[in-house]
Amino acid sequence: MQFPVSRLLLALWLGLMSGVVVAQADPPGDPAAVKLGDDGYWRDKNGDPTYKIEKDGTVDFATFQGFRRFNSTCFVCHGPDGSGSSFAPALADSLKTMDYSTFAGVVVNGRKDFLNGQDKVMPSFGDNKNVTCYLNDIYVYLRARSTGALGRGRPPHHAQKTGQYGDNEDKCMADN
Amino acid sequence: MRKYLLATCLSAVALCAASFAYADDDPLLTMQKDAKQWVTPRADYAATGYSTLNQINASNVGKIAPAWTFSTGVLRGHEGAPLVVGDVMYLVAPFPNTVYALDLNNDGKILWKYEPKQDPNVIPVMCCDTVNRGVSYGDGMIFMHQADTTLVALDAKTGKVDWSVKDGDASKGQTGTDAPFVFKDKVLIGVSGGEFGVRGWVSAYNAKDGKLVWRAYSEGPDSDLKVDPQKTTSLGKPIGADSSLKTWKGDQWKIGGGATWGWYAYDPKLNLVYYGSGNPSTWNPSQRPGDNKWSMTIWARNLDTGEAKWVYQMTPHDEWDYDGVNEMILTDQKIDGKDRQLLTHFDRNGFGYTLDRASGELLVAQKFDPKVNWATGINMDKNSADYGRPIRVKAMSTEAQDVNVKGVCPAALGSKDEQPAAYDPQTELFYVPTNHVCMDYEPFKVSYTAGQPYVGATLSMYPPKGDSNMGNFIAWDNKTGKIVWSDPEQFSAWGGALATAGGVVFYGTLEGYLKAVDAKTGKLLYKFKTPSGIIGNVMTYEHGGRQYVAVMSGVGGWAGIGLAAGLTKPNDGLGAVGGYAALSNYTALGGTLTVFALPQD
Repeated sequence: MQFPVSRLLLALWLGLMSGVVVAQADPPGDPAAVKLGDDGYWRDKNGDPTYKIEKDGTVDFATFQGFRRFNSTCFVCHGPDGSGSSFAPALADSLKTMDYSTFAGVVVNGRKDFLNGQDKVMPSFGDNKNVTCYLNDIYVYLRARSTGALGRGRPPHHAQKTGQYGDNEDKCMADN
Repeated sequence: MRKYLLATCLSAVALCAASFAYADDDPLLTMQKDAKQWVTPRADYAATGYSTLNQINASNVGKIAPAWTFSTGVLRGHEGAPLVVGDVMYLVAPFPNTVYALDLNNDGKILWKYEPKQDPNVIPVMCCDTVNRGVSYGDGMIFMHQADTTLVALDAKTGKVDWSVKDGDASKGQTGTDAPFVFKDKVLIGVSGGEFGVRGWVSAYNAKDGKLVWRAYSEGPDSDLKVDPQKTTSLGKPIGADSSLKTWKGDQWKIGGGATWGWYAYDPKLNLVYYGSGNPSTWNPSQRPGDNKWSMTIWARNLDTGEAKWVYQMTPHDEWDYDGVNEMILTDQKIDGKDRQLLTHFDRNGFGYTLDRASGELLVAQKFDPKVNWATGINMDKNSADYGRPIRVKAMSTEAQDVNVKGVCPAALGSKDEQPAAYDPQTELFYVPTNHVCMDYEPFKVSYTAGQPYVGATLSMYPPKGDSNMGNFIAWDNKTGKIVWSDPEQFSAWGGALATAGGVVFYGTLEGYLKAVDAKTGKLLYKFKTPSGIIGNVMTYEHGGRQYVAVMSGVGGWAGIGLAAGLTKPNDGLGAVGGYAALSNYTALGGTLTVFALPQD
């Protein structure tokens, strides 16, 4: 139990130093992929979605999809490949200290920061299928960016969809 | 009864007189001719960005220095330029859109400021930063177009609100970024939101009381477009009935884009307003088969009625986000010994167009960046069924969903974005700040939700193969369609240009330099590094016998996305030191006005 306490203190200290209120979030932990689920997403030892990158640079399909979807909806504020813009944070950095559930919560509910003369507002994407249907994809892509496992730009090679991935995607994106 | 008749006659006479005496009873037109002031966003109705002031000239511009500065306290992107009316400078900052009136008689002391209350939820529905491209003046009022689409008229002396109207609905992704344009007795505003599935429109309000006079859409039924199937023409031919609806599948036109956020111009003799419409929505072209009219179009509309006289669609069925909103510059020049009323437009798609602005006839269409590769040219054969259409390169088509198309030039930023060009009647050249960036583009299926981003493609941007510069500042001959000279810029040249009778052209760069170059040769005569990157437009005015040159710094906007972090593929190609480096290594945020002048003895 010692570890979480010191981590919280560190978060508080960082918050005081920078004048930023740090959301109570844990780092996402070891990103190593241990199991491929029936839904076509790799999981880490805690069961959170993660990326799988082969030695030759081939990424799993979800990571590739995350690259595409991020660089469509999210990049207009957060910059290409999560590298940030003049008015929104670099998520390739933010994900270093943000776990899966916190990430999902911010994407779905939005977030407002009025600090240092900068009004930063992230809208709720809860009813945007281009985001919610690909929440895990965007997460694993950014997770790979945050650990340095994946660089800037388009992944050169990617694996194919597996399991229920394709069916779930079609159902999720279908017009109601 | 007799009284009533008399009144009718009198007003009829007044109406007749008004329509003929366009110059004498439009005080704004008279004020534009006084170069000491800068009363409209682009210097004049014709949007030339040109001043007859010449105290600062090619031989002494090297001596200019900052005379005074002003901070807006806002860290977002600062586009547009201040106005000078009489002894007062007016400017507006990005969201929350505070307007300042500064006393030129008193070192820029703040005479008044106006800060609107706006819902901050508008911030994330502005696709590319919370920019605002400036205020306008007319009839003793300052007009400002807020982020939440409110158009407000402020008393120029006191800053008190004269009237205020809401033009759109930010919860649906409709936002305000363009300057209002005062033409004669009306104020025109467009709408932003092409990446949120907004169907673009233009609204014309009475300057006096804020009453809506007309509103015209870019897409939809003829009545919404304000077109006459027989009288409204495209390249000389009537457009026919349902010209827009026929070019869309189903109801896609209702979320079809065609936003209208650029720089407008007005010809008082023809009584026509000119502007461009933006990209069709979504960015995934396979979801919207057809020409998608009238997105990507140059419009000529009657100022009083909104009725369209002519239209010209530059990029039918856009596949690359080449918005057609860039400025329309109106000039009177001779071509082959004949006097022509011209309109010159530098489109995002990389072509510089010269048209007859009375008839809409296409005269010249040539690439203003040689690297443009999505089309080989524009079909100029009047007998061809494809007359006026781009001759596309198949390999650059993004029509196939889920296929990554590589090496398309220009990138979605366009060979030029909103940063307006300037025209010098002495050299008959246009001075154009340009982008020099290419991209990979991959479209995929996207779903629409009101008020949410509606994009449908992913893209990566980088400089053209073999080049390390991401911009050029060029001089362009609109009669021949040729580049006369070209100055490379490390980053996109994203600041609007100013041409002056002193033979000097000014522009700002993303690193923050204000640059002055020789109008004839492009030779650099002066540069000064301002506190932040420049995406604003340079303007000039005279006060107390002294000429001043002013520009807003404050990096951001589209340029602040990606460029701020550095483009992709930083190690590709030349690997030149610093060549593709991140803009953040050169400048930081902050809105500041810097005003230059020659030193006083």
